[in-house]
Amino acid sequence: MDAIARRRLLLLAPLGVVAAGGAAFWAMLDRMQSGRFDPHDIGNPMLGKPMPSFNLPAVAPSQGFSSQDVRAAAARKPVLLNFFASWCVPCAAEAESLAALAGQGVQLWGIAYKDKPEKTRAFLDQYGNPYARIAADSTGSTFIDFGLYGVPENFIIDATGHIAWHLAGPVSEPMIPKIVSLQS
Amino acid sequence: MLANPIQETRAEQLGSQLRCLVCQNESIEDSNADLAKDLRAIVRQRIQAGDTDNQIMAWMVARYGNFVRLRPPLTAATFLLWFTPALALLAGAGAAFLGRRRPVALVPPLTPAEQARLTELSRTA
Amino acid sequence: MIPELGHFALAMACALAFAQAVIGLWGGHRRDMRLMSAAPGLAVGQLVALGAAALCLVLAAANDDFSVVNIAENSAIAKPLLYKISGTWGNHEGSILLWGLILGICGGLVAGFGRNLPSSLRARVLGVLGGTSAGFLLFCLLTSNPFLRAFPAPPDGQGMNPLLQDPGLAFHPPVLYMGYVGFAVPFAFAVAALLEGRIDAAWGRWVRPWALVSWCFLTCGIAMGSWWAYYELGWGGYWFWDPVENASLMPWLTGTALVHSAIVVEKRESLKIWTVLLAIGTFSLSLSGTFLVRSGILNSVHAFAQDPARGVFILGLLGLVIGGSLLLFALRAPLLKSGGVFAPVSREGGLVLNNILLCSICSVVIVGTMYPPFADLLAGQKISVGAPFFNATVLPLAIPLFVAMAMGPLLPWKRGRLGPVLAHAWWAALAACIVAGVCSIGMRVLPALAFGAAAWIILGSFAEVVERTLLFRAPVANSVRRARGLPVAVLGAAIAHAGMGVTVAGIAGMSLSSNRIVEAHAGDRFSVGGYEWTLLSIDSEKGPNYDARVAAIEVTQHGAPVAIMRPSRRDFASQKQTTSDVAIRTNLMRDLYAVLGEERDGSAVLRLHVNPLAPWIWLGGVIMAAGGALSLADRRLRVGAPSRIRNAVPA
Repeated sequence: MDAIARRRLLLLAPLGVVAAGGAAFWAMLDRMQSGRFDPHDIGNPMLGKPMPSFNLPAVAPSQGFSSQDVRAAAARKPVLLNFFASWCVPCAAEAESLAALAGQGVQLWGIAYKDKPEKTRAFLDQYGNPYARIAADSTGSTFIDFGLYGVPENFIIDATGHIAWHLAGPVSEPMIPKIVSLQS
Repeated sequence: MLANPIQETRAEQLGSQLRCLVCQNESIEDSNADLAKDLRAIVRQRIQAGDTDNQIMAWMVARYGNFVRLRPPLTAATFLLWFTPALALLAGAGAAFLGRRRPVALVPPLTPAEQARLTELSRTA
Repeated sequence: MIPELGHFALAMACALAFAQAVIGLWGGHRRDMRLMSAAPGLAVGQLVALGAAALCLVLAAANDDFSVVNIAENSAIAKPLLYKISGTWGNHEGSILLWGLILGICGGLVAGFGRNLPSSLRARVLGVLGGTSAGFLLFCLLTSNPFLRAFPAPPDGQGMNPLLQDPGLAFHPPVLYMGYVGFAVPFAFAVAALLEGRIDAAWGRWVRPWALVSWCFLTCGIAMGSWWAYYELGWGGYWFWDPVENASLMPWLTGTALVHSAIVVEKRESLKIWTVLLAIGTFSLSLSGTFLVRSGILNSVHAFAQDPARGVFILGLLGLVIGGSLLLFALRAPLLKSGGVFAPVSREGGLVLNNILLCSICSVVIVGTMYPPFADLLAGQKISVGAPFFNATVLPLAIPLFVAMAMGPLLPWKRGRLGPVLAHAWWAALAACIVAGVCSIGMRVLPALAFGAAAWIILGSFAEVVERTLLFRAPVANSVRRARGLPVAVLGAAIAHAGMGVTVAGIAGMSLSSNRIVEAHAGDRFSVGGYEWTLLSIDSEKGPNYDARVAAIEVTQHGAPVAIMRPSRRDFASQKQTTSDVAIRTNLMRDLYAVLGEERDGSAVLRLHVNPLAPWIWLGGVIMAAGGALSLADRRLRVGAPSRIRNAVPA
């Protein structure tokens, strides 16, 4: 190999680096368009782990509940645990889907995050109450134990008390059949 | 704010390494967000309870994953990230070495007499 | 009617750009005089068409023509005229048009000022610029058309992001884009030189002023952006290592390297291949940075419409421009003849060190910015790379750069020794040690070292000037006479380097900032940074298109009143957005900085800062750019300029 060809090979390095980067970006864009890749989803490391323990007071007239209660109920049938707040706009948007889920026999339990009980009640009066039980996380500590950073978020707790499924954001109508199927 | 200034400094240093999850590129120490305020309070509670920095970091990572660390830990996946400065310097030195051209014949340095003459010339120029 | 004219002008500009590319490159290849002499006319035609298109968009925006989708989405009747105009480039579609316009201006300038370039080189440079321009105008027309109409037109627009309604930000994008796009000219020169197969000192002399102008604009643009983040975001910081900020820093770092390595090409005909790679790399980073932040892959505070579909088009275009030029580089660069040899310790060696360090810093910034999505894609790991990482990795690379930047200009070309350099700069080194020593009494180690480094850079930058004018050693009249004869570029370089020192001092001062986030009721008193802050009251006020809550905070020091500060929170009902209006009182040595946060049950969150030397950060940027601009005035750099300037300066 002569000197010029050797130098050419060396000077191909920048092109190689750029080509590899370009290919990776193309893969990202392609997967983003088909919904298989979301760089903004920060994931939740709690998925697949046992549900953190908590014991929260009630939002009257419903009863409050603890993690033991959730586990006991989930032993019969998985529980869909929904974190919400009266001041959160997407929570109002998912109310209809949640009502549909409850109508199809899904065990739906709610935790009101940093909300005054009277405001929670007003919210439920306005948008309907799909929850079997509602507890108040007024300090937000359970919220942090679940690794949450916003409301609404949804978890499915399975028969062993583990977090089987997680959704950061509101339940939308197309997701309903999938959530129902996860319940059986 | 902790009353003990040493503990408070520790809390600030830890807080500046923790990402405010609802903000962009802001640490919990810098953010006005509600969640950041709660996390700041938790860091201080844990410090007062006697936790080490590593324990507090592990507590956060258990809940929010490595995403919460603004300074990612050195793992197999971040090896390349942390060694970028060294690799870049090596690559630069390698390129400079490969690109160098040896002088054909070194011109001998100026003798003291020549040096003096040069100084003289440049002074009067 | 006006938007249709603009649309037509844009399409016309795209067609002219294509013609410019084909005729310029083909003419240059065939050495066909007729074709080659047609290229400048096409470049000017393209510029005129683009100017008309931009003017039409501004007119439509000023007349509140909400049948244009872009204006309906980003403007509103109640918006002040300044923001109606600046709003045309404050959104994705308009900013692409601005890109195209500035690229057109660059082409027009090359056509106008490049009369004494070899005709085939000029034709090829214009051809490359035309090709790049054609690609982006096509992108603008096909995916981001600012002139699209909607029917029926809405009665009022949706308004502009209130964060962007700021006089500083109105002029930030044009200045920043002048920097980004300006590097297209060195890029075009590099590609043209590869096509010609020839690079000489004259090439370096043509390229350097273009690189320098772009560098000055980019420096100003970055300083403006950082200042905006400081006073508009209200987070108390000036640099967040945010992807958009990093995207502007990357071409700045390689551009700085380019400005320096082009000197070696010009003076010593060495480092040619490297300089060509830097010219290609700098423009490539300008392109990828500005466009990848719009693809939706990287998250950022600096809002822009994000759309993966556009991302694919952009990626294809980037592949063509960057991949094509790098392929050409690999094929043709080995044929370039290298010139002068030099020893490791020499002016050239110092500039090589500067280049290695700047490019290493740039690599760290690139890898750090891109790592999270890559780790997610390849390893499925969600990680963050934030300020603590960048501070820990960039600093060790920046320190040797700071040490070297004051010494480099003292080294002779070809071969030197470090001893004489230290002999010339001992007083700067001594002063730096004294500054660091005095500072270390009252503060942490790192800021004290940084102040020492700042003193070293500022004083050391003038060591060459002192040396060459024999200041303090020869009679004053003699020194003045020598100073007159000093090339302006030497003074410009010293000033630009000193500007960096001023910025370093500002950054060091900022790292000593005292700040507190407090919850306050009216009448509460806090002590921050040696000042007493008392919240007097919080009142409601009404602005033109927002409702505001304004706090009055009295600041005193040892009982003596210093200032009444009025930070406010503005609620823009039409955009459902709240912004903080930061109150800043500066005396150039320190900033008092107050932000009013959320209110709850009668108490308000206040963020109170005392930021020592904060204004120096941006002042340093302005000084750097001024130094660069001064070097441009050096007549040695004006060989490529029209002859009237040469006549004006008696040789």
